[in-house]
Amino acid sequence: VSGADAGDVVERALSAAVRAGADAADALLVDSDELEARVRDRDVEFVKRSRERRLGIRALVRGARGLRSAVTSTSDLSPAAVDRLAADTAALARATAEDPAAGLPEQPYAADAPDLALFDPADRDVDVEARIDAARRAETAARAADARIENSEGSQVDSSFAQVHYGDTRGFRGRYAAASHGLSSEPVARANGSMQRDHWQTRARRLRDLESAEAVGRRAALRAVRRLGGRRVATCQVPVLFDPVTAPSLLGHLVACVSGQSVYRGTSFLASRMGDTIASERVTVIDDGRRPGGLGSRPFDGEGQPTRRTAVVTRGRLASWLLDAYSARKLGTATTGNAARGPGGAPAAAPTNLWLEPGEATLDELIVSTGRGLLVTELIGMGFNPVTGDYSRGAAGLWIEGGEIAHPVEEITIAGNLGRMLLDIDAVGSDLVWLSRVASPSLRIANLTVAGA
Amino acid sequence: MNQDALALLHGRFGLDDRSLVATLDTALERTVDHAELFFEFGTQDAVSLEEGIVKSGDRHLQQGVGVRAVAGERQGYAHSDEVTLESLKLAAATARAISEGAGRTRAVAIAGPGRPARDLYPVALAPTDVAIERKTALLSDIDVHARRLDPRVQQVMASVVCQHRCVLVAASDGTLVADQQPLVRLNVQVVAGDGARREVGYQGMGGRFELARLLDPQAWQPLVAEAVRVATLNLGAQECPAGTLDVVLGPGWPGVLLHEAVGHGLEGDFNRKRTSAFHDRLGQRVAAPGVTVIDDGTLPERRGSLNVDDEGTPTQRTVLIEDGILRGYLQDRLNARLMGVPPTGNGRRESYHHLPMPRMTNTFMLAGPDEPADILRGVSHGLYAVSFGGGQVDITSGKFVFTANEAYRIENGRVGAPVKGATLIGNGPDVLTRVVRIGNDLALDRGVGTCGKDGQSVPVGVGLPTLRVNGLTVGGTAS
Repeated sequence: VSGADAGDVVERALSAAVRAGADAADALLVDSDELEARVRDRDVEFVKRSRERRLGIRALVRGARGLRSAVTSTSDLSPAAVDRLAADTAALARATAEDPAAGLPEQPYAADAPDLALFDPADRDVDVEARIDAARRAETAARAADARIENSEGSQVDSSFAQVHYGDTRGFRGRYAAASHGLSSEPVARANGSMQRDHWQTRARRLRDLESAEAVGRRAALRAVRRLGGRRVATCQVPVLFDPVTAPSLLGHLVACVSGQSVYRGTSFLASRMGDTIASERVTVIDDGRRPGGLGSRPFDGEGQPTRRTAVVTRGRLASWLLDAYSARKLGTATTGNAARGPGGAPAAAPTNLWLEPGEATLDELIVSTGRGLLVTELIGMGFNPVTGDYSRGAAGLWIEGGEIAHPVEEITIAGNLGRMLLDIDAVGSDLVWLSRVASPSLRIANLTVAGA
Repeated sequence: MNQDALALLHGRFGLDDRSLVATLDTALERTVDHAELFFEFGTQDAVSLEEGIVKSGDRHLQQGVGVRAVAGERQGYAHSDEVTLESLKLAAATARAISEGAGRTRAVAIAGPGRPARDLYPVALAPTDVAIERKTALLSDIDVHARRLDPRVQQVMASVVCQHRCVLVAASDGTLVADQQPLVRLNVQVVAGDGARREVGYQGMGGRFELARLLDPQAWQPLVAEAVRVATLNLGAQECPAGTLDVVLGPGWPGVLLHEAVGHGLEGDFNRKRTSAFHDRLGQRVAAPGVTVIDDGTLPERRGSLNVDDEGTPTQRTVLIEDGILRGYLQDRLNARLMGVPPTGNGRRESYHHLPMPRMTNTFMLAGPDEPADILRGVSHGLYAVSFGGGQVDITSGKFVFTANEAYRIENGRVGAPVKGATLIGNGPDVLTRVVRIGNDLALDRGVGTCGKDGQSVPVGVGLPTLRVNGLTVGGTAS
């Protein structure tokens, strides 16, 4: 569908919803095309292309005590199908309960259309062969980086372009285009019967902002090779460093506990801590939906609200939740423009571009000042409980002894409680790198339990 | 009930067998080993409750087609949400570009059989056709019931998710089959509070059967009671020990151990590429005598079961480990062909957006000779882990984790105080060699498993008898 046609689909969905009895409605259409390819050793493993359009409709039907709501979606955009779906949405809404907090936002809608550098027109007609060649170069670089790299899961590229159209019955209409390009490599190293994989990736809105294919392959290879010969350490309590690959996961856990829905439900251990000191004074966490070229940037959120900069934690003090209109109403405050929304779901609060403000030290300096402890380079499992803050995950990394890397470590766990861990952050590195929408420099937690032999 | 594939295709998209042949012919204009069309359409709906009310309902319609061309190890794939002869041919031309060979492959004859030889999950009424009011009423009843069971219940979150998926596979080797796949799931999560302390309990159940079964109070009341019991139990849980312990796993869902520790590592793709810690180990001992691990996609009504996989291959029972010896891998067509073995009906994909890969179905260990109570009595100092959340594995190093959310200390053969959830870590290729007792109480999980691989999620099942494993690393915080 062209831009005009997409706008028509949104208009049709809104008017059909109103005709079917909705007192308010919004509609989101995402039209995307995607390319994905993987090269392993010298051969192309797969090339995948797709075109996808999906319409999401939310209908709100007024009752005595509030609005009832439902969400539907479809990839069939024919007028008859859109009319039928809009009617189904209103009918489905009538089957849900009246909710005084439900509804479209009351705050002013986004009125500007900032250029957030979400795509480069020059990338529009992406050259498939050039992208495959980038994967090939990453793969070659990974295999050439070290003689012990003798296998891989391959090197992969992807490019997607999306047009997002949003409108609601309060009159907001918005659209934007965005691209995403990625390149990753996952080599396998082998020596003395031990086999280890690792990976590195780069992702950006514009092709020219990607790290070079050779650098991606090389970094991935070095990460895999340095894990060879990993062993367990004895159970102990030590300072634990997280590198920029693993540190963002801690921010991810924090996000789960400051997102509006977990706060009003009482499923966050931070639910009653607004304004309190919840982290060390080295910790400042920002969410900014308008960071130029940011992987989470967009001019307006999933409810037409302008995106903005929100300080979530300021020098250790919990300063703001991340909110959509619904959770804001539940908490008696205003949305922060953090409604995330795909065609297939209702809006929910989520970060846009969220990061921990960097400090001064390089990772090497942090290793020196740690003396004895653990550098975590990979985490596996889902051992975090947002209700209690309890944290326990599988880890692999490098043991630090005498301020130097001593040997690789594997088959261990690290455990603590996020509430304590945030307070125990005693160093933050200078090496902030945007591997995804949530980013962190290296950081150190003064004391965690490492379980091993 | 399963309809004939061609009748379904015509009824839904107005396409006939000639359109299938024409599209496959387009894909075969280069040298390819295999060309395949994967049609999918379906509905998913969900209603959810929190704070005592059903706040939302949603319904999603999906339809589309994926066209694949396979040449050697290369795969070309194009998918579209438009299902017309023009879009099919365009997708076929895109997919075949993967092949460098110019030669035309061969003519295609679509043969059938059209529908699976059996139906493991017949339903008279698709779960997505059940009136929404019946689902919302169930959730309201669950909320009332949970709060009645214990005054410490502060929050109840429950949802009913129903899916009805129809897949149709037509391929250049003559495959033509369609399958209708119902799936239902009920989730109950309870937050209990006592003073400043809060804890959560989760239980779920489901499978490929009529929704009516979940609507029966005899089915959902025990489930709600379990969620409340775990949440309130954990209010009194102490710090979990840290270090290497002998662990007794309870029956059922703790089978996630097998899924992570050995299941993924035995998927054909990782073994063909030699990136799995299990590659080249067929015929070798990878588990203690008495350990037999099965993947079985043919169990009636199970969440992980399928009549045919997403490449049209009938599912089967595959012995992975027999009496401790590694016997087989899980295969899709591509990896089976490249490894020179038959496919095992494990070629699965999340949707028409995705390429199929070898995936598990229902993975479990056969029962052994031991009484569960005797197994516990034999442990002098250890951990009894009854229920788990998710897990994850690094198939190359073999290290895997799974996270307990109901566990107890064992002291001198007695089950002691409950401890907080913790992650357990082990090494896949040797963890099953440290199995020392196998219970006689094999149970399958309640039908809630979802497996993620390479960005694709598929429903799976697991099962385990009570099991004692010596020397697992337990990631608690207490000494």
